[in-house]
Amino acid sequence: MSDQLIYATEVILNGLMAGVLYALVALGFVLIYKASGIFNYAQGVMALFAAMTLVGIMNGQVPFAHLINATFGVHVTHFGWTIPALLAILLTMGVMILLAWAVQQFVMRHLVGQEPIILFMATIGLAYFLEGVADLMWGSEIKTLDVGLPQGLNVWIDDTTYGIFGYGFFIDNLDIVATVIAALLVAALVAFSQYTKQGRAMRAVADDHQAALSVGISLNFIWVLVWSVAGFVALVAGIMWGTKSGVQFSLSLIALKALPVLMLGGFTSIPGAIVGGLIIGVGEKLFEFAVGPLVGGATENWFAYVLALIFLVFRPQGLFGEKIIERV
Amino acid sequence: MFYREAGDFKTSYQSDSQTFPIKFDRYRYYVVLVVAFGIIPFIINDYWANSLLLPFLIYAIAAIGLNILVGYCGQVSLGTGGFMAVGAYAVYKLMTAFPEVSMFIHVILAGGITAAVGVLFGLPSLRIKGFYLAVATLAAQFFLVWLFNRVPWFYNYSASGQINAPEREVFGVIITGANAPAWATYLFCLVFLTLCALIARNLTRGTMGRTWMAIRDMDIAAEIIGVNPLKAKMTAFAVSSFFIGISGALFFALYLGAVEVGEAFGIQKSFLVLFMVIIGGLGSIFGSFAGAAFLVLLPVVLKVVGADMLGWPTDIVAHLQLVIVGALIIVFLIMEPHGLAQLWRVAKEKLRLWPFPH
Repeated sequence: MSDQLIYATEVILNGLMAGVLYALVALGFVLIYKASGIFNYAQGVMALFAAMTLVGIMNGQVPFAHLINATFGVHVTHFGWTIPALLAILLTMGVMILLAWAVQQFVMRHLVGQEPIILFMATIGLAYFLEGVADLMWGSEIKTLDVGLPQGLNVWIDDTTYGIFGYGFFIDNLDIVATVIAALLVAALVAFSQYTKQGRAMRAVADDHQAALSVGISLNFIWVLVWSVAGFVALVAGIMWGTKSGVQFSLSLIALKALPVLMLGGFTSIPGAIVGGLIIGVGEKLFEFAVGPLVGGATENWFAYVLALIFLVFRPQGLFGEKIIERV
Repeated sequence: MFYREAGDFKTSYQSDSQTFPIKFDRYRYYVVLVVAFGIIPFIINDYWANSLLLPFLIYAIAAIGLNILVGYCGQVSLGTGGFMAVGAYAVYKLMTAFPEVSMFIHVILAGGITAAVGVLFGLPSLRIKGFYLAVATLAAQFFLVWLFNRVPWFYNYSASGQINAPEREVFGVIITGANAPAWATYLFCLVFLTLCALIARNLTRGTMGRTWMAIRDMDIAAEIIGVNPLKAKMTAFAVSSFFIGISGALFFALYLGAVEVGEAFGIQKSFLVLFMVIIGGLGSIFGSFAGAAFLVLLPVVLKVVGADMLGWPTDIVAHLQLVIVGALIIVFLIMEPHGLAQLWRVAKEKLRLWPFPH
């Protein structure tokens, strides 16, 4: 194999891994969109919120410490204990479920039957709100998140590929773990929606709200459930991205990265989110590798959007989306 | 009592089709004009100009532009920041290339250039609708910002990658750069805002505005009754981008003076202007003003109340601001999806009957 080809292969592999992470975020969007027709812009901020809460709980930070200190003139920062990662994850999941309930109770319930674009804008408002709350609760400084996932160069792959090609591939352990977890998550979600009662109810709601209501499914409960599941996906995504690049504001911007993934894959399809993520991941890495140096680099900022834009002109519903039928 | 059509007889076609057919509206409009042009320039100082009036005037232009696209034509755009950047860089290139030409012409040309770019990025709207279009306009946002960051020709090969507004005069008065007096920059922006608002108001109640609204309400039905969707959507994108380009040009040349594109015209700017349009009221020119005023005032009020009066640390105030803006948007969408403009309409309805309850 020529050098260029080997480099390109490594780029593609890394792109696939990045794509899995994009797909993980996109998955949260698809879940909510399918069940309630809401395009949840706040998904990225939910991931940030989950990651910050996880770090905060693990370190035993006092929530709203900054605000309490400013209001009462005291000086508290930490409870003085640390909590093991697994327990902290469970606690964070509890917070996310609470959040799901609050969103349903205070926001979405009052917006039933509004136009989709109004709902979309409401989730933008929610994103701002959550971001502010997360910053107030846990402080806005960059935090490191370590729940014990392996990180760094995978030596085995490096050695093996060196033995075969004479060039070691650089692949992060974390990316491999993320891939495995994403695969498990998708399998679990599919199993959940196919084989459990709640999962079936969820699909029924996605299919037709009124029909679901008339056979006795509680829409309220299903929506809380869907937002909780989305919160869980956000938590997983938050852990992955947070471990990779630190828990900070830019984490919430992965929501924007997930948008072109969704457009490629179609808003309503779980496999679409995965395939779309992989295409975007590989596409932007390859484009940066091949064309980036010619035009000044950092093409990753826009490549995904432009690819999705061009793609949509030819297939407006995405790869796996349901055919859009419009009637007057 | 004050606000009514009764007794206000029109004797010519001209008076029947004027911009403000109701007397109360017309006088209110004249009063606002007199205050804005005749009084404020004499009492203005740098603090008021820079923290409130200039941002308000400039954002109001952008909000009117975006409102035409989102509120009147129903095409959701998240590319406002990118288009404002086009206006800013266009006016920068024009200012530095032709120093002797008047700034009026430069700003209008910058608007024209932005309109052309807007039409280009608006083309996919013929195939893509709703959310998909909103995401597609993100392509414009990120691509344009990247372009202005990476191609040195746009920032005249300056070492910092920033663009700085050189000093320029209009009618012998300096209006850009550090030495510009507050009243001159204020008046310059005000003239543009007044012109834009008048143009927008009259466009939206004419043929063009009606075709936009037909497309917004149901594009397929509009097409069947003979509205040309290509023409309607492209004119909406062009007019909207023209205004947004003007506001971007003013934002850079008169307000900031120096701009780093990712910071000044990032995705946050797109959301900010979109929020102004939502909070103000979709499909209302008055709403654009109200929304811009509201979101310009809010951080200033919060800062004065929170940081200066209550003595909270500034980072808490900044976070609280996020919380409040987010909550307000949700509250507005739940309580009053048509925004501040609807409150104004309700108030006028009440005025019409006052002092009688029915």
